[in-house]
Amino acid sequence: MEGAYAVIFYVFSFLSVYVQIFFLVTFLEKRRHIVKNPKNLELLTYPTVTIAVPCYNEAETIGNTIKSLLALDYPKDKLTLLLIDDGSKDNTWKLLQEYDNGTNVRAFHKENGGKHTALNLALEKNTSEFFGCLDSDSLVHDQSLKRIMKYFEKDIRTMAVAPSIVVYDPNNILQSAQKIEYDMAIYTKKMLGFMGGIHVTPGPFSIFRKKVFDELGNYHKAHNTEDQEIALRMQEHGYKIDHCPDAFVYTNTPNSVMKLYRQRLRWIYGFIKNLIDYRRLLFRKKHGAVALFTLPSGIISILGVIFLSVTFVYNFVKFIYTKIIQIQTVGFSSLLQFNYKFDWFFINTKAVLFLTIILYILVITSVLIGRKMSTGKVTFSISIFYFIIIYSVIAPFWMLRAIYNAIISKESSWTFERRVAPKH
Amino acid sequence: MHEHEPNDWKKYVIVLFITSTIFIGGIWISNYFNNKKLDQLKSIEDKISVDLMSSETQFSLLQELSCKDVSTNILSSELNSFAEKISYSENNIGTDNTNVVSLKKYYSLLEIKDYLLMKKIKERCGEKSIFILYFYKNDKCNDCTKQGYVLTSLREKYPNLRVYSFDYNLDLSAIKAMTSIYKVPDSLPALVINGKVYSGFQSVEEIEKTFPELESIKKPEEPAKKATTTTTTKTKVNIPVVTPVIDSVKTN
Repeated sequence: MEGAYAVIFYVFSFLSVYVQIFFLVTFLEKRRHIVKNPKNLELLTYPTVTIAVPCYNEAETIGNTIKSLLALDYPKDKLTLLLIDDGSKDNTWKLLQEYDNGTNVRAFHKENGGKHTALNLALEKNTSEFFGCLDSDSLVHDQSLKRIMKYFEKDIRTMAVAPSIVVYDPNNILQSAQKIEYDMAIYTKKMLGFMGGIHVTPGPFSIFRKKVFDELGNYHKAHNTEDQEIALRMQEHGYKIDHCPDAFVYTNTPNSVMKLYRQRLRWIYGFIKNLIDYRRLLFRKKHGAVALFTLPSGIISILGVIFLSVTFVYNFVKFIYTKIIQIQTVGFSSLLQFNYKFDWFFINTKAVLFLTIILYILVITSVLIGRKMSTGKVTFSISIFYFIIIYSVIAPFWMLRAIYNAIISKESSWTFERRVAPKH
Repeated sequence: MHEHEPNDWKKYVIVLFITSTIFIGGIWISNYFNNKKLDQLKSIEDKISVDLMSSETQFSLLQELSCKDVSTNILSSELNSFAEKISYSENNIGTDNTNVVSLKKYYSLLEIKDYLLMKKIKERCGEKSIFILYFYKNDKCNDCTKQGYVLTSLREKYPNLRVYSFDYNLDLSAIKAMTSIYKVPDSLPALVINGKVYSGFQSVEEIEKTFPELESIKKPEEPAKKATTTTTTKTKVNIPVVTPVIDSVKTN
């Protein structure tokens, strides 16, 4: 038992360190290619772009989302907004109609059918060369579109560009912890971009060439994670996906543990189900980094987190059990006898400990690089510890539940998550 | 037709190399500290061995000394802290580690020597000591864990109670000799108290009931710590023959 445990631990920690080192080596190799766009960035040409905004009961937040899109620094005659009401029960549809100007902002209403159906309706109406979407819980930076379009201009092979998602106005510890996670994701995403291994083109403001959909088809339901599925479909066909680190999208994040749990349950569930659907990609070298690196490391992180949590629970239960035995045998007073003297001898020096420390150092390094990429400064924040502690405690729950749900094929709907109104 | 950029195999290999280096580094650091700990254990062991030899010498000189000058607490504190460290190392470094096993064997021998010496002192001087030989095993023995708690708690209560614990499965002829002398069964835990074998778990109450003489060596109401320190100091001051030996060891 002990031996098997040690082997599993070493395998997981080795693979986790491998993944982190891979990112770090990529960073050191490519760091000069992470260009910060100038303030007055200009494009050679301004192609037409359509942004779809699918909404379901988003009356509270939709106004700000649309306003941020209207404020984008991009020629108005080249930018079309398609506001799609997916059968909302509140007054979303009424609000959307107010923005419809008959020219470059259009509102459509349809029966409720899920986010992918709303996006597919937008795709049908789309006539622009580029297509993207913005979730109604997010706001865009006014330079984001231009910065993303620069990537398409620089490389004709680039088929989609993902933005950097930043947590909007974190108000509590949970949101601050998520901010750290998102900052780290800016770094890892850019590295995956360099490697050609991006496996998600996030709902908020990923931009695609229209021909992606013309050639590969529309959005699928994809277990309510259509943004993962389209990226995997593109990867399968060798379409290049890049990431623009300074195209900022500000997103509202769940402000309670339950909301975060539901969101992550959907993400991880979607990841597992899409992985099963696209298992033919795994370890096939012709599919590049997504097949050799991204998907395997996703599997490692899910299994690793579960393994760690099971170990933790096992040790905790064992500890409590021995304490109970002790109390039963010699009474409660035995617990209160502290004749503890500090002796360095009793400091744990197992290899497990050193490897864990190395892994945490690597994770913190990733966070710091991500923060540097998002804010331009390397700033250490106490939130890094919130992130590590909170995620260590609650992530195993959504991961285990997602695996369980994946086995019994129980889906959670995208509309299930209540969205939060941004505060101004 | 779209195609992925060719896979950068070189990078996969370089990263594998770096990761392996880090990994081996982590294991190396761990081994380094574990060896330091084993060294520390060895030096404690040496010290105990010297102390024990001093006690034996002291016992040989007993004819020239009066019994009141002999302390029975010379080694107990060192042996106890040493036992704690060995048991920690078993968890931390591994029960199968050859260094740990040999330290444990040596520790068992020291215990036996201490036991024999103390028994002689008891006979000669009529000390009110009670000895418990405790036989346990590490694997699949929940009662051994419980028995351990009972003995620790008894030792807290009766500082003059001397508990010597032996790993029944340790491959050591001296332990085997003891188990055959006292006819210790392999149903563990087993206790040998004043020469008599008690097999199976014995609670605090049971042991106290069987040995009412424990009451006579009960710890005074004062804090335990104070009591032990004074005895140890007293020992060193009161036995002129032994003191120089111990001191010279310390200065080394």
